[in-house]
Parts: sequence; structure tokens; C-alpha cells
Amino acid sequence: MLEIRDLHARIGTTEILNGITLSVNAGEVHAIMGPNGSGKSTLAQVLAGRDTYEVTNGSVLYNGKDLLDMDPEERAREGLFLAFQYPVEIPGVSNTYFLKSALNAIRKHRGLDDLDAVEFLQLVKEKMRLVQLDETLLSRPVNEGFSGGEKKRNEIFHMAVLEPKLAILDETDSGLDIDALRIVADGVNKLRRKDNAVIVVTHYQRLLNYIVPDFVHVMVDGHIAKSGGKELALTLEERGYDWLKEDVEPMSVHA
Amino acid sequence: MKTVKAIHQPGEWYKSRFDAFERSLNGDSKTALHELRREAIGRFQETGFPTNRNEEWKFTNVSPIAQIGFEPVLRYAGEGVTLEQFDPLALPGAHRLVFVNGFFSKPLSSTSALPEGIQCGSLASAVRSSHEGVGKYLGKLVKFDETPFVLLNTAFLLDGAFLFIPDNIVLEEPIQFLFLATGDAPALITPRNLVVIGNRSQATIVESYGFTQSRQYLTNVVTEMYLGEGAVVEHDKLQHESTSAYHVAMMQVNLSGHSTLTSNSIALGGSIARNNITTILDGEGIECTLNGLSLGTGSQLIDNHTTIDHAKPHCESHQLYKAILDGSSRGVFNGKIFVRQDAQKTDAKQTNKTLLLSDDATMDTKPQLEIFADDVKCTHGATIGQLDAEQIFYLRSRGIDESKARDILTFAFASDVVRRVHHEALRDRLEILVHERLSGGRAIGD
Repeated sequence: MLEIRDLHARIGTTEILNGITLSVNAGEVHAIMGPNGSGKSTLAQVLAGRDTYEVTNGSVLYNGKDLLDMDPEERAREGLFLAFQYPVEIPGVSNTYFLKSALNAIRKHRGLDDLDAVEFLQLVKEKMRLVQLDETLLSRPVNEGFSGGEKKRNEIFHMAVLEPKLAILDETDSGLDIDALRIVADGVNKLRRKDNAVIVVTHYQRLLNYIVPDFVHVMVDGHIAKSGGKELALTLEERGYDWLKEDVEPMSVHA
Repeated sequence: MKTVKAIHQPGEWYKSRFDAFERSLNGDSKTALHELRREAIGRFQETGFPTNRNEEWKFTNVSPIAQIGFEPVLRYAGEGVTLEQFDPLALPGAHRLVFVNGFFSKPLSSTSALPEGIQCGSLASAVRSSHEGVGKYLGKLVKFDETPFVLLNTAFLLDGAFLFIPDNIVLEEPIQFLFLATGDAPALITPRNLVVIGNRSQATIVESYGFTQSRQYLTNVVTEMYLGEGAVVEHDKLQHESTSAYHVAMMQVNLSGHSTLTSNSIALGGSIARNNITTILDGEGIECTLNGLSLGTGSQLIDNHTTIDHAKPHCESHQLYKAILDGSSRGVFNGKIFVRQDAQKTDAKQTNKTLLLSDDATMDTKPQLEIFADDVKCTHGATIGQLDAEQIFYLRSRGIDESKARDILTFAFASDVVRRVHHEALRDRLEILVHERLSGGRAIGD
């Protein structure tokens, strides 16, 4: 589904991604872990098409297509979804209106008709239950005045409505208490299917108790320093990230 | 179509028009009203139009107006005009006064459903019948020489809307003053409106401006409004003049104790549009809210000047003025707040926000706070910027294309003002008009 090869990206003159190589297949859950500043969120944003980052080298194939060649909206219509680490507030635009516009744009791309008001409302209500989101948040402006937990749950709610093929969750666990974390993880688990994949970007192992990954990758200084199974997350919980940094430093190339 | 005449001496030009008008009056030239007109044209001859050297007109150059020889409209010529020509301005269900080039049109107006006791019609007939409100307030609220445009309006003060609501009447449906500009000549249209709202009475007044042909004319309107004790008024203005025309408006509202005024002013039209609102908070416990939205495109200049005069203690004022400027359009906001020595416990808030959609659009904003009392709360803030890149990316990352994302965010910026209009049918129409303007005819959303 996703083939990342030797991906390099920078912001201004600062290199942030230094050669990421990663394959994700349908049905898999990958966790990307790493210390602050290792480039996890940058990778998520680059995959979603944020143009503040300049890709300087490498390639990304998504279902056989050149992902880097697509606009952000095209990526979304092709089934890629990013749950933002910091969901953006949009005053004056209701959550429903936003979601309906997004869903209909994606449906149109897939050759489907717009949902009518009744069908849309039905879908939305069903998906809201999945993340136990209060219905009043539907008519409110997107994320405006939402609590930290509501914002994160709203992201997963959007994901549930848009039914992506590849979902990237960027530190969705940060700022959530244990109950909210469980609700979010349950929501994500219920959306897992054989034909979709999830990349979970997280700093802590905690979330991975609930969303169990098939693979764990550790990012250090802009590349993947170690990959392994779910047990790697537990090792990291015990030992931290420093041992990997030491491991890696002699190998890094400063051209 | 008549050619537009270039002039060099506006004072002389309008004096000669005034003299011809005076000769046509015969016996009517002895009235007190005509004395006022004569004094006004005399003063206008001295002042002429303002220049940029005048602090009040620093950012708004009216020389294009001064160079055109506009012909004052002196009589009703609305035969053949229909409301359909001005669709969608006429508000269904509203009591309606219609003016064609500033003169009252009886056949297009409808006021029969108004409760008894309310006087609602043409100012000319209120003057003829010597209505008490005319003697008491006409020319008494707005300062005679506030601006040269007030002088010019007063010199050709002939007709306009007259509304007099006695005490203790609550009007459910709005009253609409609908001003239509039509015809070929470069007309000077000078409506004069007088509104008196009795103690504890409540009304919504909708003031709309429309046109039939895109051409040069000057609407130079003056509105005087008086609110009695505890009166509650919402004033919604839609200025939808031709983008080739000029619109200069002066409204002054004198508020009595415990009254509430909310004014929402939406400006779409005008090559140069200047909107002055002055409110005098002359009693305790007054709430005065002024909101404005300007949508500039092409080379339009849209200028809002507000003055809120806190004369007495324990009053609140709120202002939110927003502008969305595209092309090489320009916006001006000048917000004056006076807090007099006596006006302790004043709470005044002023906000001005501008969205620039192009590199060539410009905005001048100037808050002016003059505070003479020591126990008050006054805040002001101004922002000028572009659409937020984070917000655009967020929308696009969910599948919405870039141009639609921009439309949605721009409309949201505007709707912050439009949604403050209480009357639902009016609000819906305003939203559609704003949509149309912002999308340049493309459909936004559903």
C-alpha cells in the first residue's frame, strides 16, 4: 500500500528527514516511535502533503501511484487520512458543514453521489457513538472551544466518517486521559479492516497497549534506527531512546 | 446615456443648481426648512468637498466626486420602476418604504399593515403636515456642518423616510427603507431620513440601497435617529450600489437611558463608499453595538467611520468591523470613542479585522480613544492579514480542494458579521449576496 524509499525532507535549510525507508501493507498497523524532534510528525505531515516541508530526495508510492506528486486533497480522496497532532480551529465553519464537504468531495472522486441530508445525519450519528462524541459538537465551529480530548476524538470521528485506506494518527494519544485514550483506541480498532492500514505515531508505549501494532519503528535524527515487532515498544518503555542514539551515531553521514 | 460633465468649481456648480431649484419653489421658499437649505448651500459654497488635508478624509480622496457635475434630483420620476428590477433587495413580509432616486414612491411602498399610531411614510409629507417630530428633530440631531456632504444633503433636503413610533409599541416585522437608483443622468441623490422611536418601543429598521444600471451617481444620504428611554432598535444596512457609483452616508443616533441600538452595516457597492455612524449615549445603562462588513473588489474604496460618544455613566459599546479586500480595493476604518468625564463605568470595546485576498489590496485602520473618565474599561484591537495556511491545509487534507477551502474560510470570516442580523429572511438573503460576491459567481457549498 505504501512504499517509502530513502525519503529526505527539510524545512528551510534544516534537514529533518534523512532517508526514511518503510513499507506498509494492507491490514497492518505500524507504530512509529521516537524521541521529540526525531522527525515523526514531519513524516506524517509530508505524507499528508504539507508544503512547508520540501522533499529533497526519495520517493513515496501509494497504491502504485506517486504520492508526492499529488495535492493534499487528492491524497485524501485517494484514501489517505492524517489525524492531526494539533487539530486546527476553524471559527465560523460548523463541524457538520466541514465534514459534509469533505465526505462529498471524497465520494465524488470515487464516483459516488452526494449523501442527502438524512443519510448524512444517520451516518454521522452512528460514527459519533463510536468515539462517544457529544452531538452538540456537530453544529459548533470546527474544534473551536473544544477541550483537548474532544479535539482528538473529533479527529477520529472524522476518520470514521471518511473511511480512509491509510490512516496516520499523529500523537493522537497526547493530552488524553486514560478513559479518553481507551475510547479513541476502541474507535480505531473498530475501524480496522483487512484492506486498510494504520500508522500510529506516538512518543509513548501507552497507546500501543490498546492499538496493538504489527511493527514498531524507532525514528532517531530523521531516519529509522530500529524496526521490530510489538515487543520493541516494551523495550523502549524500559530503556528509553538513548541507547539507540548511541547505536546510531557512528553510522550517520555528514556530507 | 448622458455624458458625465467634468467640473472645477463644485461650490458654484451646486449653487447654480440650487438657484434654479429655488426659483421653482415660488411661495415655498419662505419656510424655515428652506432657510436651512439656503444656509447649507451658502456654507457648502465656502467649504467645497473635503480634501486629504482634512484629518477626517485623510485616507479617502473624494476628488473623483468633486470633479463630476452631478445633477441634483428634485422630483419623483419613478414611473415604470418595479420592485422586480431590484430583486432580491425587497424583503418579504416587511413594512416597506420605497424611494426612487431619493423620492418616495407610494405605489411601490406598503405600510398598511402597521399598527395604528405609527407614522411611516415620506419626509416630504411629514414636513407638509408639520408633524411634531419634524419640528423637534429634523436637522437638530446631526451637526449641520459635520461634513460638507451633510451641507450638500441639507441644501437639497426634499424627501426621504420618516418613521415616528410612539411609546410602548413593539413591532414584530421589520420596516424596510428601500432606496433605488435608476436613470441615465449622473444624479445627485440626497435622501434625508428621520426616525423617532418612543420610550420602550422596539423595531427593526432595514436600510437597503440598490440600482438598475451600472453608472455614476452619488447617493448622499443623511439619517437622524432618536431613541427614547428603554427603546430597542436593530438597524441593518445593506449598501448594494453600483460599483461605478458613489455612496456617502451620515447617520447619527441619539440614545436615551437604557435604550439598545444594534447596527449591522454591510457594504458591497460603490466606487467610493463612505459610511459615517455617530452615536451619542446620552443616558445611563445604554447598550450600543455597531458591526460592519465591507467587501471590496476591483478598485473600490470602502470607508467606515464610527464615533461613539459616551456622555453618561454605566453604558456599554461594542464594535466589530470586518473587511475582505480583493483586487486593488482599499478599506478604511476609523473608530472614535469619547468617554466624557461624567461617563464612569463605561465599557467600550472596538475590534477591526481585515482579510486581504490580494497583494494590491490595502487597509488603513485608525482607532481614536479619548478618555476623560478614570474608572472605565476600553479596549481596541486591529488585525490585517491573509487566510491562515494551517487552516487551508487542514481543510485540504480532508479532501476539500484549495479554492473551495479558501472560499469556505473567507465566507466564515464574513459570516461572523452577517450572523448577527436577527431577522432570518434578511440574514439568509445577506448570506446569499455575500456568497455571490465572494465567490465571484461560483457556488460555494450547498
